[in-house]
Amino acid sequence: MNFELTKTQQLFKQMIREFAEKEVKPLAAEVDEQERFPIETVQKMAKLGIFGIPIPKQYGGAGGDHIMYTIAVEELSRVCATTGVIVSAHTSLCCAPILENGTEEQKMKYLPKLASGEWIGAFGLTEPNAGTDASAQQTTAVLDGDEYVLNGSKIFITNAGYADVYVVATMTDKSQGNKGITTFIVEKGTPGFSIGKKEQKMGIRGSATCELIFENCRIPKENLLGKIGGGFKVAMKTLDGGRIGIASQALGIAQGAMDETVKYTKERKQFGKSIAQFQNTAFQMAELETKVQASRLLVRQAAWKEGLGLPFSADAAMAKLFAAQTAMEVTTKAVQFHGGYGYTREYPVERMMRDAKITEIYEGTSEVQRMVISAKLFK
Amino acid sequence: MNIVVCIKQVPDTTEVKINPVTGTLIRDGVPSIINPDDKGGLEVALELKDKYGAHVTVITMGLPQADAVLREAFAMGVDKAILLTDRKLGGADTLATSNALAGALKAMDFDLVITGRQAIDGDTAQVGPQIAEHLGLPQVSYVMGLDVKGEGKYIVKKETEEGYQTLEVEGKCVLTTLASAFKPRYMTVAGIVDAFDKEIEVWGADKIQVEESKIGKAGSPTSVFKSFTKELKPAGEKFEVDPEQAVELIVAKLKEKHII
Repeated sequence: MNFELTKTQQLFKQMIREFAEKEVKPLAAEVDEQERFPIETVQKMAKLGIFGIPIPKQYGGAGGDHIMYTIAVEELSRVCATTGVIVSAHTSLCCAPILENGTEEQKMKYLPKLASGEWIGAFGLTEPNAGTDASAQQTTAVLDGDEYVLNGSKIFITNAGYADVYVVATMTDKSQGNKGITTFIVEKGTPGFSIGKKEQKMGIRGSATCELIFENCRIPKENLLGKIGGGFKVAMKTLDGGRIGIASQALGIAQGAMDETVKYTKERKQFGKSIAQFQNTAFQMAELETKVQASRLLVRQAAWKEGLGLPFSADAAMAKLFAAQTAMEVTTKAVQFHGGYGYTREYPVERMMRDAKITEIYEGTSEVQRMVISAKLFK
Repeated sequence: MNIVVCIKQVPDTTEVKINPVTGTLIRDGVPSIINPDDKGGLEVALELKDKYGAHVTVITMGLPQADAVLREAFAMGVDKAILLTDRKLGGADTLATSNALAGALKAMDFDLVITGRQAIDGDTAQVGPQIAEHLGLPQVSYVMGLDVKGEGKYIVKKETEEGYQTLEVEGKCVLTTLASAFKPRYMTVAGIVDAFDKEIEVWGADKIQVEESKIGKAGSPTSVFKSFTKELKPAGEKFEVDPEQAVELIVAKLKEKHII
């Protein structure tokens, strides 16, 4: 049993913290305000290899571990949750399913460019009528000669428009229910594939969230990812990994709000002393700090299990459930501790509170996490 | 082209607190970093590697745990790292340090030696120039820019109090670099993953062929008599405006703080 980061992980944390502070933090308010995808940050991250952290070296990645990946998403999200989710969706929702389910040809074709950040990845599962009930897929894929023809649409897709590679779930045999779902790799620019409406969101406003539209979109049958009818499994396993990414994002948001609040409450004076000296502040902050640290342990435990190839589905669900709740609680209280200033955009906690909310919703709502955890409990 | 960069592990002084009673640094829990001027020098060397394929060696003298800065240098892209460590080298002032480093450099094949201007824990700016003197090499200190003009020729931009000078240097030389002039690259993820698999050469005092009277405590004519802390005043806010605007600004600030 060892709770210490390895020397490699510590050195990585030092780098990503410095990068986040110097390159990401200065843009966070602007990216939020202008609802602008931070393309310049994406290019800088690509150069350092941040888009290929856990991808093996043979596929052009850095060959790092899952803990390093969670540290990256946490540290980026600590200063800018938008930047954190760009890396998380790319790594967990696109690279991971290709690495796990792809053929050798698919891995050699897609992973090196995804790992280098030359290509950005995305994942399309959610539809207007298939949210938490992901099995109700209406997008169809029909084999026609050597090609599959895709029709339908996906909504709320992170990185849409900026991504070059999309892992997309479709229904290939409705009569089979869950077992009729199949995943494919769709490349940007494929005729019949277009990007629809861009959502205007409460938080993570710099992240691109759009609709994907497929109108007789023909893709080569080699782009089948996994087995015919195996798509539900691919999607669920992908989301298990994705939840560790989002839990890391929530953890980062919470830590960012803690750091801001510690600084502010030490400086802000009322009734002749700093507000950190009031027991009301100190005790609440102690509670929050405990929850943040507990979230971090859950996140790292889930990532550690994933890295070892152990079952981690419930662990990922617990990490995400708890970290997301903690992010919401910490940011809400952070705004309260900042008083009137906290409600303004002069301080980052206002943005952090808006950013935190999505972590209770996407990649499985908190309710879905409770379903996953309780299903394991009562099986 | 073989470049040797001398770096030092220093406490991150932005996070260092001083014990008000004893006047000494409280080092507990303070992270150690590559001295910023030295990191600027590393960047200069790595740019020459990018442009001209230079081979970059990094050397540090210190305790065994100073290997941390060498791992970081590996993750930034250096080719070789040497840790000069020995009890006999302990307690060294700048003269003994430069004697030891010059001794190490004599055992190496190099075209260019780069050091930082000064270290943030001592601020002497002596070690780099002293190394040049021991080796009998020309030196340029306060370097803010460097390019290669031809075989063994460099164009060096040097900061002066009034502005800068552009100098041409030929042959082996020693440069001391300024942190403010260079933006050191970040470590890469792959570089970090590989950094701990690379071998650090560990050199002891026997390797450097310098008389024992010239290294370590024995070779150090300087010793610290007393350290004390200057009383701190808050920095205040600075504005650079015309006198006419200044009046308005001051009045507005006083009103904002409800002083008038």
